[in-house]
Amino acid sequence: MASKVLHAIYRDDDLLLQAVKQIREARYHIGEIYCPFPVHGLDKAMGLAPTRLAITSFMYGLVGLAVAVAMMNFIMIEDWPQDIGGKPSFSFIENMPAFVPIMFELTVFFAAHLMVITFYMRSRLWPFKKAENPDVRTTDDMFLMEVDAANHNIDDLTDFLYKTGASEIKLIE
Amino acid sequence: MYTLSSKLKLTAIICMIVGAIGLIYGFIAAPETVEDVKEMMASHGEHGEEHATEDTHEVNVEQLPGGDTEVENIEHTEDNESHAAEAEHAEAGHGEEASHDNEHYEHILHQLQNKPWAAIYVAAFFFFMISLGVLAFYAVQYAAQAGWSPVLFRVMEAITAYLLPGGLIVFVLLVLSGLHLNHLFVWMDPEVVAHDEIIQNKTAYLNVPFFLIRAAIYLGGWIFFRHLLRKNSIKMDDATDNTIFKKNFKLAAGFLVFFIVTESMMSWDWIMSLDPHWFSTLFGWFVFASLFVSGITTIAIITIYLKSRSYLEFVNDSHIHDLAKFMFGISIFWTYLWFSQFMLIWYSNIPEEVVYFIQRIEDYQLPFFGMLITNFLFPVLLLMNSDYKRVNWFVVMTGIVILCGHYLNVYVMVMPATVGESWFIGIPEISAMLLFGGLFTFIVFNSLTKAPLLVKGNPFIKESKHYHY
Repeated sequence: MASKVLHAIYRDDDLLLQAVKQIREARYHIGEIYCPFPVHGLDKAMGLAPTRLAITSFMYGLVGLAVAVAMMNFIMIEDWPQDIGGKPSFSFIENMPAFVPIMFELTVFFAAHLMVITFYMRSRLWPFKKAENPDVRTTDDMFLMEVDAANHNIDDLTDFLYKTGASEIKLIE
Repeated sequence: MYTLSSKLKLTAIICMIVGAIGLIYGFIAAPETVEDVKEMMASHGEHGEEHATEDTHEVNVEQLPGGDTEVENIEHTEDNESHAAEAEHAEAGHGEEASHDNEHYEHILHQLQNKPWAAIYVAAFFFFMISLGVLAFYAVQYAAQAGWSPVLFRVMEAITAYLLPGGLIVFVLLVLSGLHLNHLFVWMDPEVVAHDEIIQNKTAYLNVPFFLIRAAIYLGGWIFFRHLLRKNSIKMDDATDNTIFKKNFKLAAGFLVFFIVTESMMSWDWIMSLDPHWFSTLFGWFVFASLFVSGITTIAIITIYLKSRSYLEFVNDSHIHDLAKFMFGISIFWTYLWFSQFMLIWYSNIPEEVVYFIQRIEDYQLPFFGMLITNFLFPVLLLMNSDYKRVNWFVVMTGIVILCGHYLNVYVMVMPATVGESWFIGIPEISAMLLFGGLFTFIVFNSLTKAPLLVKGNPFIKESKHYHY
């Protein structure tokens, strides 16, 4: 497997975006990019697939709605249909307006929390996780791009990266 | 510059003519005497029966709160004789069947006579509220210094051009009601007021001269602000600095303050006072949400139409996406207010408030709940996806459904108080929509020809041209 990678450091996000375009045009493979803040349009420039997090959230919301409906239908209508202040508990639909606030909140609750948990799982984030930071400066003001050196001539690639505006280049074996 | 296509002009004129003819038919077809009603009902056998059963139910509703404090039965109070008769009726217990029958037919007669008037009123208000909603949206864009919308300003200005003629029509209708040419507003009938203590206590606010003065103030204010904003916007095209923009910014902020007060009062006057026994505190917001979302939807539809005719060079999918987001968000806002109003009253179930909804659920079940599908479920499911908000025909289809839904909303706000259970979306209603729809189209597209479709001199225009989401 490709064990050799080049770490190119950029000092500016505009430079980085431009470099990403050039590198992709030259058909080199970008392994990873580390940024101190979100760079608008970076994912597009890198050609990353769009996230499906919103779709999962929608489905979690439906689950939450179903849970709320099933729960209240069982508790309030089927299990013990009491007359509470004259509210009609003969069928779910008759008493539904009273359930809507809970149905709404549970939908939001499920959609929000399960989506966040999905995000953590998919991006492998948890407490006590060991940070995977190749260079501490990338959390402050530097942008680091990891380019696969696999089958390419290292010198050519280094030259190319310098031309794209990298201020430091390191070979990582 | 936009040129009004002859096809569109012809369509608008045909709509107006067909609508006018239909309305005239509606007025002619309305029964004039109790005998006419009897004849009409006899020709629809089952129809009459249906009414008879409902009638017994109404008596029950009326007796719910008890006492002679006549709780909210607008259709009854509408016609003075039957109202007086009803008081006796209540005293004498259940009167003889015969007198009850006559009273019933008279009641139906008044509802049927109101029908074409109410149809005009609903349609006139619906199109007027669209242009008012657009004006509010336009002012919000100025006051918020939005960077995305200036390329759409001329479309919005054109839609607000309907404010003057549409407002005048609504005002004329209110004057006609004040002159007792129709019985849309029960409280305008002195006979009714004389027997109704609840309305008597409200006459300080609900009296015809003050009502018309208020309407004139609202309309005058809105039209005045619209005139100034539009004039400045045209002047801004040759501006060299930002002074006119700043002027418009202040005007827009001032308008929004004036608007939110007058809009709220307008909703009490023009819609809530149709049911003078009933009140709701969030009603102004509810009407606002309805007019705001209809206005935004109309902007989106007209923008997409003009774009498809390649008149709006700088409008891209992101602008449509933003409008669709607003349609989506404000639709949910409308639902939130609809539900808040409904649920609070349903939950507490206080008789004098809840009759409003009892009447709507009993007699207007399909439009009342169907509204939730068109105004909430449809836009929520179809416009939730970010990609769908960029698909123009998707936005147009959803927009049409939303507009139909908000027509129903106005319909369900106005009709129960004016025609009661005799409602039907038939020739007068559709004709009135055609008439005002044609007029609206004609005025809006005619106004589009009056100025270039892209504003100049707006400090945000460059940002707006390159807007990308």
